[in-house]
Parts: sequence; structure tokens; C-alpha cells
Amino acid sequence: MPEPLMRYLIWPLVKFLVAFLIVQVIVAAMNYIERRLLGLMQARLGPNRVGNEVFEKITPRSLHRFIPGGLLQIIADPIKFILKEDIVPSSSEKVAYFLGPMLPLIPAFLVFCLIPYGPPPTFVVTHVNVGLLLILALTSTGVYGIILGGWASNNKYSLMGGLRSAAQMVSYEVPFGLSIVGVLMLCGSFDLVRIINYQADHIWNLFPQLIAAFIFLVAMNAENNRTPFDLPEAESELVAGYHTEYSAMKFAFFMLAEYSSMIVNCCLMVSLFFGGWTLAINGYGLTTGVLRGWGLAGGILGAVIFISKVMLFMLMYIWFRATFPRFRFDQLMDLGWKWMIPLALANIAVTAVVVLLGLQFNFQGEVVLSIAGAAIIAFTLFLLLRPRAKVIHARRVSEA
Amino acid sequence: MANYSVLLVAALIVISLPVLTLFIITPLVRAAGGGKVKLEPYECGIPATSEAIDHRFSVRYFLIAVLFIVFDVETVFLFPWAIRFKQLGWFGAIEMAVFLAILIVGYVYAWKRKVLSWV
Repeated sequence: MPEPLMRYLIWPLVKFLVAFLIVQVIVAAMNYIERRLLGLMQARLGPNRVGNEVFEKITPRSLHRFIPGGLLQIIADPIKFILKEDIVPSSSEKVAYFLGPMLPLIPAFLVFCLIPYGPPPTFVVTHVNVGLLLILALTSTGVYGIILGGWASNNKYSLMGGLRSAAQMVSYEVPFGLSIVGVLMLCGSFDLVRIINYQADHIWNLFPQLIAAFIFLVAMNAENNRTPFDLPEAESELVAGYHTEYSAMKFAFFMLAEYSSMIVNCCLMVSLFFGGWTLAINGYGLTTGVLRGWGLAGGILGAVIFISKVMLFMLMYIWFRATFPRFRFDQLMDLGWKWMIPLALANIAVTAVVVLLGLQFNFQGEVVLSIAGAAIIAFTLFLLLRPRAKVIHARRVSEA
Repeated sequence: MANYSVLLVAALIVISLPVLTLFIITPLVRAAGGGKVKLEPYECGIPATSEAIDHRFSVRYFLIAVLFIVFDVETVFLFPWAIRFKQLGWFGAIEMAVFLAILIVGYVYAWKRKVLSWV
């Protein structure tokens, strides 16, 4: 086999398929983990039965209490999706109805080619110098499938859900993009590998770009239609939103696309603001160079660090879902257009002025921004963790 | 450019995946589809009175779409500037400030005309 073919096609393709499989396993597991965790947070059980008998037969008795109940739900769900009857409503637009669930799936899966999971070259599928731009372009096409599916179902709930979802995703696309601009200004590259290396050599972008990180967090929740922004699926008013008329595998495609793009957004969050696979400040700690020095073991360690960070953010999605009530639609639009966009623009302006002043008067603008960010974080933590006065308990009692 | 070749092949794989599952695998194993009532659009159990596509919807969705285009193009213009921001220095920053100022005038106008507030 010719060497360039091996280097540029076969080998990256193998890496893509491995990454893709791992992501699909995480997606399937997330479905189970989400329902179990929501159950725990809401003082109920969640799925805890499927597969318990199997595990009781094949494992020794002493291990039983360590195995979480209902583990085989992960396998049972996909089987059920495949076996369920496939309903195509008689009044739907057939072609668009089938395209609806398939369109968001393609970009959501393709993006996994572009995400660096660990130190290059082994753990990067393909090194593209405009990777971030390509990821943004691909993820923003996810809205087509939703609006197409909502419209083609020819159902009033679906149409409303599809429209709402399109308006919401489109509105939060702007702060999503603007929050990344701040990071680009500091790092000066679209290449995610270089952005991560920059953070290992300086500090996590979370600190100098705290506002941007916050906007990104809000926008990625809104982009994925997750609580508190899950208005397209608000079951009390819209049944199931844009996928009301979808059943079986087509419904599963919508779910897969949603969870895959959740993972993509978490990967972006980790790469842009939380240092990706590195654990280092100012060049000390587990930088790319150190990890590379340890060979394959270092690479695997980097990938493990990356996936752990991503999983923490996935758990945060679930935490949000269990904690926050849903927004009203006008509140959602107000937050997007009247708060997030001005805030993101102000963040860009402040970053530009501080860094340029730093260049002019020979101080490190990034350090000033980092100190400001760290101060805000410390103050927030202080407000959250300070010892509570007894007054609060008294108020609780009076409320009860 | 060679780095992009894997994207093409991966796109083919990724496109073939849903097509294969939806049109080849599931038709072989799934249960048969239901009768006339089941295929009606869902409207909480009562027969649908009209087609959803015939209904009108709020003009605000169009306004949001138009505003989005303006702001997204703005973001796209910001990206290349942000990459070369340190090299361009004050000159680039002031150019971008002028560009943003023009946009912000429109933004304030839209805000004042209550385009941004729903209801």
C-alpha cells in the first residue's frame, strides 16, 4: 500500500471509527446514566431492573451490591428502537419527513473527525488548521433537520416545536460564535491543537475569558435544546415538539444526533476553555510535550483526562436538567438577544483593549484578564460557600 | 489538502449509516405498521380539523431569521480579525470598532422598534 494513502486515509479512518464507536457507547450509556441520575436527584429509582438477573447469574454473590441495577437498559433501548413499528403519518411530506431525522445525524457524527482527543499525532484523527471553523460550520447545520422534520410531519405541535427550535438555535448561534472570538484573540489560531497547547503554556482560557466561558455554557445548553432551554420539547404545551410524529428508529436518530452534538459541545468547551487533554499551568504539569515523552501511555493518559473532563460537562447537562425550571419563550429570546449578545461584544472589546494596552506598555494583558477572572470566580465561590446566617433558616421555617 | 481526504470518506460512511439502518435493517425486523387511525396526525386524540401547513405563524420568526443573518455575518468577519488581532494592533482594533459601531446602530434601532422583544 502506498505510504501517503496509509498516512492520510486508512490510518485516520481507523482512528475515526474507533473514536466514533467510543462516542456511540458513551451516548448509549449517557441515556441510562441520565435517567438513573435524574431518578436519584428527584428521589425516585429510575430504570433499575433490566439485566439484573443476568448479572446475578454470571457474577459472584459478593459483587452483587456493586453492580448498578438496570445496566442492560443500555442494550435493551436500541433493540426496542429497531423492533418498534415505523409510523409514517398519512398527511406528511414523505421525502422531507425521512430527511428530517437523517440530516442532523450526519454533521453530528462527522464532527468527531475534527476533535483532538489527545496529544498529536496519534490521538488526533486529522490535523486540519481550520478545525474549529469546520466544526462550527458542521454543527450549525443541525437546525435544518429539526425544522424540516417539524414541518414535514404536518402536525401543529411539530410545526410549532420546529419553528421554536429553529428560532432558538439560530438566536444562540450568535453568542456561541462571539464567545469563541475572545479565545481566538488570545490564541491566534483556529487549530484546536494549538489552542490547547496555548492553554498548557499559559493558563486555562476559563480565567482570562470567564465571561466568554459563561456565555458558551449558556449557548451550548440552548443550542442542544436542553433544560432550562428545552422549549421545543416543552411537553406541557407541545407534546413532544418537533419529534411528536416520529417513532422507532427515526426518533432514535433525533436522540442520537442530540446526544452526539451534546458531546461535541462538551468537547469544544473542554478544548477551548479547560485545557483539553493537558493538565498544566504556565508550562508546568502534564503538557503535550510531557505526555508525548511518555509515548503511548502518555497519549492514553491524555485521552483519559480529555474524556473525564468531557464527562464532567455531560453530567452538568443532567444536573441542569434536574435543577432548573424551563424558561418562557419571550424570556429565552430576551436572554439571547438583549443580554448574551451585548455581553459577548463587551467581552471582545475589553479583551482587545486590555491585550493591546499590554502590548503597548509592556505588560501581559492575558495575566490582567486572568487575575480579573480568578477574582470573579473567587468572589462567586465566596458568595456560594460562605457560612449561612441563621436568618435564612428562620425564613425557611416561616415559609413552611 | 491531504488532511481533508479522510473527511470525504468519513462523510460517505456517516451518510450510509442512517440510510442503511432506516431502509435496509429495520424494515427486515420491525413490527408491521398500523391502520388508518394510527396514521393520522396526532392532535390529542380528536380527528385533525385542518392541515398544520396551512396555518400561519408569527412573523417574529422571520425577523429573528433576518437578524440572525446580519449577526452571523458579523461573527464571520470577526473570526479572521481575531486570528490576526495581535499583529494588526490598534489599527485593526479601531477598524473593527468602526465596523461594529455601524452594526450596533442597527442593533439599537431594532431594539427600539421592539423587534427583539417577543410578544
